Amino acid sequence: MHPAPSVIVFTVLSGLGFGFLAYLGLGLAAPVGATAFWVWALGYAFAVAGLMASTLHLQNPRNAWRAFSQWRSSWLSREGWAAVITLVVLAPVALTAIFLRFPSATFGLPGAALALATVYCTSMIYTQLRTVPRWNLWITPVMFLGFALTGGAILAGLKWPAIVLCLALAAVLAASFVLGDRRLAESGSTLESATGLGRIGKVRLYEGPHTGTNYLMREMIHVVGRRHAQKLRVIAVVFAALLPALVLLIAPGGSLWAIALAVVLHLTGAFAARWLFFAEAEHVVGLYYGAR
Amino acid sequence: MTELPTNTQKKLGLVIDLDICVGCHACVTACKGWNTENYGAPLSDIDAYGEDPSGTFLNRVHSYEVQPSDGGCSQTIHFPKSCLHCEDAPCVTVCPTGASYKRAEDGIVLVNEDACMGCGLCAWACPYGAREMDMAAGVMKKCTLCVDRIYNENLPEVDRVPACVRTCPSGARHFGDLGDPDSAVSQLVADRGGMDLMPEQGTRPVNKYLPPRPKDRPAEAPLAALADVKATGIAGWLDRLLEKL
Ligand code: SF4
Ligand code: SF4
Ligand code: SF4
Repeated sequence: MHPAPSVIVFTVLSGLGFGFLAYLGLGLAAPVGATAFWVWALGYAFAVAGLMASTLHLQNPRNAWRAFSQWRSSWLSREGWAAVITLVVLAPVALTAIFLRFPSATFGLPGAALALATVYCTSMIYTQLRTVPRWNLWITPVMFLGFALTGGAILAGLKWPAIVLCLALAAVLAASFVLGDRRLAESGSTLESATGLGRIGKVRLYEGPHTGTNYLMREMIHVVGRRHAQKLRVIAVVFAALLPALVLLIAPGGSLWAIALAVVLHLTGAFAARWLFFAEAEHVVGLYYGAR
Repeated sequence: MTELPTNTQKKLGLVIDLDICVGCHACVTACKGWNTENYGAPLSDIDAYGEDPSGTFLNRVHSYEVQPSDGGCSQTIHFPKSCLHCEDAPCVTVCPTGASYKRAEDGIVLVNEDACMGCGLCAWACPYGAREMDMAAGVMKKCTLCVDRIYNENLPEVDRVPACVRTCPSGARHFGDLGDPDSAVSQLVADRGGMDLMPEQGTRPVNKYLPPRPKDRPAEAPLAALADVKATGIAGWLDRLLEKL
């Protein structure tokens, strides 16, 4: 799949934002007063920036408001609702923490659950697609939630939970690479099944339907060099998980600089991982074009 | 509404005969022509006369070569592909805006362009590459089964079929109700063993493909006869003489 910057930024930033908001809602980080303002603002900023980025992907954003209409069948629609409801439900929690210095743990729980539900909905937009076997797997939501919880824990300054989550995230990423590599073969889709000509024998593309390119090829067919991909996988695991864990481990507890450094490293790895998530994903339509 | 109708009685669709299609692309052109002038936004071309032309098409013809597993002669098969109007259309259920829908009355899958936000998710959900975003209009385009022809009483009756079917010079394309077991298309599917594309994707396509018959003998090499010419007259005498030397 084409790794479009808008969707990469959307999923990474909103995942981090909602992950962080979940910890704030739970009161696991419970700032009050002016600090609370900045901390909550940071969570909202990440979440909202991600959601804004997602609209850049639309060819006809005038109709974006209609995306709220199909929550009964569409994960994209549910994601929109979950995001908006989360931000609304958490607003009084944030405001009381800022202005009344009231700890959020008492009534932030629903908002925290909704924040994680939002991340889950985002992941399901991809997981539901049988056409992209690499995504159509249980580990995709685990990976999205893993990023949200890990990034959120780092931002929330929860030293030991963050370190443990980093290590778990490294394992989930590695597993997603291994499982993902087998998925296209497991899906059973081949040029033979795509054309129904497998009953005769081995099929190969003789002539494409056109000499140029088209929307489908630009959008769905993206081939990453194998060596290139291997390097990026290592970068993703090292930056998103291992380096932040190391920084948190050796830095004195509660150091803002350490948290900032760990977040920057984590985001770098998250962007690499998300780029790969799109770029490595094979869409079965590529088969018709002789692409896999 | 992007929930699918539980069952549609009528299942309008195409039956494409891979044994007959000669890969002329006339259906591609007829489709583009009709659908540029009628239903919804025109099918645009971008950089049509430049270095890197590309455009929106609702029907495309691939050509494949198949090597039989038993070692027989390879076959070239022209393969037209457009929306299969699936019964379990994943493109419909993923649509967040309600722009994509499947009609309960005849099973045609359509996009309401006035509601489409151009997110492209439905094109991702279709295994067959049957949906293309129009880059000029910013809305999703797909085969409408010429919904504006098949019920159009202003057209002579013979023209009330999809443009591709009407235009196909070889008779490789058939249109009809695949929900009715007695219809001509259903009979054809039954007789010829019509098949689904990518059944493992679980989309239950309405359109069916008729498999090509196996090639029973190799095409004769057209130049073989020339290699065997016996020279006569002076040339023959020279030939024999040279052979003896
Ligand atoms: S062929 Fe593709 S676009 Fe058409 S109904 Fe099936 S999934 Fe949807
Ligand atoms: S591109 Fe349009 S029709 Fe397709 S899923 Fe998005 S809103 Fe629906
Ligand atoms: S017009 Fe008929 S013969 Fe020509 S490519 Fe289309 S289906 Fe095949």
